[in-house]
Amino acid sequence: MTETDTNPVLTISGLTVDFDTPTGPVHAVRGVDINVRAGETVAIVGESGSGKSQTMMAAMGLLASNGRTSGEVTYQDRNILGMSVRELNQVRGKKITMIFQEPMTSLDPLYTIGRQLAEPMVVHGGLSWKAAQAKALELLALVNIPEPERKIKAYPYELSGGQRQRVMIAMALANDPDVLIADEPTTALDVTTQAQILELLADLQKRLGMAVIFITHDLGIVRKIADRVYVMKDGEVVETGETRPIFETPAHPYTRMLLDAEPTGSKAVVDPKAPILLEAQKIQVAFALDAGFLTPSHVLKAVDDVSFSLRRGQTLGIVGESGSGKSTLGRAVLNLLPASGRVVFNGELISGKNRASMRALRRNMQLVFQDPFGSLSPRLTVGQIISEGLLVHEPSLSARERDERACQALEEVALDPVMRNRYPHEFSGGQRQRIAIARTMVLKPDLVVLDEPTSALDRTIQKQIVDLLRDLQTAHGLTYLFISHDLAVVRAIADTVMVMQRGKVVEAGQTEDIFEAPQSAYTRELIGAALLTQSHLAEG
Amino acid sequence: MHRYVLGRLLGAIPTLFLIVTISFFLIRIAPGGPFDLERPLEAKVMENLNRIYHLDQPLWNQYLLYLKSIAALDFGPSFYFRDFTINELFAQSLPISIQLGLTALCVALFIGGVLGIIAALRQNQATDYTVMTAATLGVTIPNFVIAPILTLTLGVWLGWLPVGGWNGGAFLNVILPVVTLALPQVAVVARLTRGSMIEALRSNHVRTARAYGLTNYMVIVVHALRGAVLPVVSYLGPAAAALLTGSVVVETIFGIPGIGRYFVQGALNRDYTLVMGTVVVVACFVILFNLIVDLLYALLDPRVRYD
Amino acid sequence: MTPTSLETGKTPAKGRSLWDDARDRLLANRAAVASMIVLSAITLISILGPMLSPHSFDKVYRGYVKVPASLSAYPKPDEIEPAFRTLLKRARVTIVDYAREGDEVVVDITSKREIDPRTVRYVDRSDMFENAVLEGFAADKKSAVLRADINFVHFYFGTDANGRDMMTRTFIAGRVSLTIGLLATVVAITIGVIYGATSGYLGGRIDQMMMRVVDVLYSLPFIFFVIMLVVFFGRNFILMFIAVGAVEWLDMARIVRGQTLTIKRQEYVQAAEAMGVSDGGILKRHIIPNTLGPVVVYMTLLVPKVILLESFLSFLGLGVQEPMTSWGVLISEGARNLQGAPWMLIFPSIFLTSTLFALNFIGDGLRDALDPKDR
Repeated sequence: MTETDTNPVLTISGLTVDFDTPTGPVHAVRGVDINVRAGETVAIVGESGSGKSQTMMAAMGLLASNGRTSGEVTYQDRNILGMSVRELNQVRGKKITMIFQEPMTSLDPLYTIGRQLAEPMVVHGGLSWKAAQAKALELLALVNIPEPERKIKAYPYELSGGQRQRVMIAMALANDPDVLIADEPTTALDVTTQAQILELLADLQKRLGMAVIFITHDLGIVRKIADRVYVMKDGEVVETGETRPIFETPAHPYTRMLLDAEPTGSKAVVDPKAPILLEAQKIQVAFALDAGFLTPSHVLKAVDDVSFSLRRGQTLGIVGESGSGKSTLGRAVLNLLPASGRVVFNGELISGKNRASMRALRRNMQLVFQDPFGSLSPRLTVGQIISEGLLVHEPSLSARERDERACQALEEVALDPVMRNRYPHEFSGGQRQRIAIARTMVLKPDLVVLDEPTSALDRTIQKQIVDLLRDLQTAHGLTYLFISHDLAVVRAIADTVMVMQRGKVVEAGQTEDIFEAPQSAYTRELIGAALLTQSHLAEG
Repeated sequence: MHRYVLGRLLGAIPTLFLIVTISFFLIRIAPGGPFDLERPLEAKVMENLNRIYHLDQPLWNQYLLYLKSIAALDFGPSFYFRDFTINELFAQSLPISIQLGLTALCVALFIGGVLGIIAALRQNQATDYTVMTAATLGVTIPNFVIAPILTLTLGVWLGWLPVGGWNGGAFLNVILPVVTLALPQVAVVARLTRGSMIEALRSNHVRTARAYGLTNYMVIVVHALRGAVLPVVSYLGPAAAALLTGSVVVETIFGIPGIGRYFVQGALNRDYTLVMGTVVVVACFVILFNLIVDLLYALLDPRVRYD
Repeated sequence: MTPTSLETGKTPAKGRSLWDDARDRLLANRAAVASMIVLSAITLISILGPMLSPHSFDKVYRGYVKVPASLSAYPKPDEIEPAFRTLLKRARVTIVDYAREGDEVVVDITSKREIDPRTVRYVDRSDMFENAVLEGFAADKKSAVLRADINFVHFYFGTDANGRDMMTRTFIAGRVSLTIGLLATVVAITIGVIYGATSGYLGGRIDQMMMRVVDVLYSLPFIFFVIMLVVFFGRNFILMFIAVGAVEWLDMARIVRGQTLTIKRQEYVQAAEAMGVSDGGILKRHIIPNTLGPVVVYMTLLVPKVILLESFLSFLGLGVQEPMTSWGVLISEGARNLQGAPWMLIFPSIFLTSTLFALNFIGDGLRDALDPKDR
């Protein structure tokens, strides 16, 4: 799709990046060759720790002070790697620009948007501040920021994440760059915003003709926007080529594994007449904001009139973007925060019960969190963490019996019980999530509320966790309330799906019905944005 | 803005009231009085004195009288410096203390800030370690050790600077007290600046500034330093309090007639009104300083401005 | 599913707790380790020093007022004869012949009257001589031989204006300063931790009220209150550390409250709640172990602050009372005698400063070790 005879605008060859750490050097990038031609979109794909971001940081001279590089980064026949800052500044920010993963922190909180947009134009383009402001206004309009005249005087904290990322894009385009490096620019955003930003980038590239290097872990995005792909693992490029052949006939086993890592399959159907385990009616959760001494409190309805019922062995997937109230709903169902409405669990009304009377019920209803780093107490051993519930619910057990139960639980989640005297920080993210699941399994619960259990994990790990959850469900007849923003995961695990937006249920129904024939516009937008239609159609 | 300042000033009144009340009763319930000299005074004289100073009235009445006079900004007559009112004493001593304190504060902010920035830009290099070790020394060596040593070397042995006295704030007289007063604060400011500067230099928005090829000046001063200054600004309140405390020592050592020295003399001689007056004035300063700090903070950080 | 690992006797792998990591990081910090050694040495010498020293801390040597620090013994060889002659002049006897035999002084003395056997007391009373004996009286008892041992003493740090041994006084002052530092810190930490943890754990309105109180107290010029307390209620050792402790708890309260609030929001605490763990269990297993780090760090940094505050008060003449002493008292005396007797300032200053220095380095080291993100 691109002419192969055009010379690359940016060539990276034999790049290595090492970091000196107190525990010895870390080889983050080990000899990488990457090039990009004018007007082309190249994607660098890899999981966390593959060195994909560090490669581009090194090329831009942005490594942390303990980083060392070797190799060459050629732009316009000059090696920009190891240039003095003064020389490098002739190129970066002018001809090669970059947008980052963290839209919330990438802009200086103390200056207005207009001022920050103008800075690179004043420095590189020799514009006066006034002219730069005028150009900034044009740029804001170009990236579709509403009310640019007002927003130019706004501070970053007054903008949403998506808008800030648009400002970053505007800044990147200010000096007509040859190369735009986008480092996971949509990862921190909601799916619908993500789709808009990608569309904007693609559109601008078409109009302005710069080359784009797109760093991402998301294969759906790669398939949609990239001309060529570099797959990175452990600091090396393991496979490269045009996008279509890579997706259709991946050569390297790691690429195949990445492609297979999209959660697939669906849940085995359960008996539709199974007894109802959990029934929620008209759940409402309201938070009072700013209840100061003098200011009147105004009320935010986080969950607004939500009802559902869940049969034994079933999985209900709750889908929504951040702020939709899905996590709040999960906690309200477990009576962990004050809510109105009725929740009946196993035939028993639990709404309004106090903490003491809830305690006995807690063993049958468990919660798994999103963040496997935050949900494990850092100063307890894994064994202690897993068996803590037994201290509460089976106080008669001896220490040895508790230890045995912890071992069993670890084996169930496919971890070696030998590890039970280790501490959480000695495990990887996926292993920690297994530990968190083992903690709930040790009590043999009926209901498990899973709050984004896979969102902080790499795709390959996600798939393993989804498989594990399905296996455990079949083995123990568990009932899941699965909360996620990730439609692919929900599709693979849920019997029924409920779509939430701003605290309300937009749509609910059988998983296949929702995905095949979404009724509401919002659901269609969500599914479209998640690029599910494409990847799943491609797989047939 | 005006409403905010007014609100803060009004909010300080209960605090001041509390301070006056606590210190008033604390002093009065303590054993001993202002006229308990080694040679007791004649009964008649004593009676007269007590009447003049209202000490013959019930404590409660005295308290109300004091509140009334203090509301009119009259701190009453001194018990020890009998020919002066407290207001007169303050009129002499307060400007001296303010001049001393402000000069020391500026010196501390400037030198400490510069040292901190240099250390941050040379993080984990020899310069950094030297500055930080010196800063730790500055925090640990008390100023009542530094003061005599400086006096001895620069004043007595080398004879460059006067050993003590104020001399109407002559430049040479001011150097030693200001240096002594500022040194510990220089150290604190340097440590604080270094820490916040390192954090700022690592922050994402400074990375953005670098990625966009901005000049070193813009990266370091415009983007990193402005954010890094915020914790230092917050420290100004405690710094003012620390300088007031330090001035007690420095004024005593160098024989400077500021309010710190008057306070110690007043306390030792049970000069009720002088002690009370000093406490109230010092508290006012701390409160005022905290207000200035908050306003300054809002000026620097737009996120605070709009809350 | 049998617990195979238990039955096969495979020993479970030993984990490394965060405490283990922190300890290793601390021990790898050379400045902190050196500081710990210095601090233990000073502590040990402060405890044992006064017992081992030949001088008592309040023993006054009138013959040795403000003598400089010296490694050789007092009296110096050239001082012995004049001193002895002065003594005997006071006893109104005349020296005919003076001789020094090793550590002994032998003199032939005469007098116009009979020599009183109590003459020896004049000699013994001096700090320089002891075991004076009169022998070989002449028949008229108007001349005799007086023998006395020279009493050699060492003043490694010199003596103070009252002729007391500075070394012993520095050691005993160390006991006082370190004790005050430790006790006041314990008082401050106890108040601060209880107040802060209560405020943070209860949250809501109560938290707001409790923190408002702290804010108000913050704006009080506390040092002035401490001075008032000490002046008006007398210089009492116990009162002093209560006063200092009561002033310094505010920071601790804020830190602990902040920590408690943060930890309360952590998912592992929510996880424990969701599991039905009681308040006590959450506090014991989750909140306390995780607040401990900052408290320990703050404590290490508070001890030097308190010692400094105590010496500040002592400097103003409001510290512990004679003959007891503290580093602050010694330094204030030293500062007054700096011109003639610099050793009076130097030695206590070295001890105080090295202690404060060491404590600061240990505190910094602990903070880096417990919270390694800042490297």
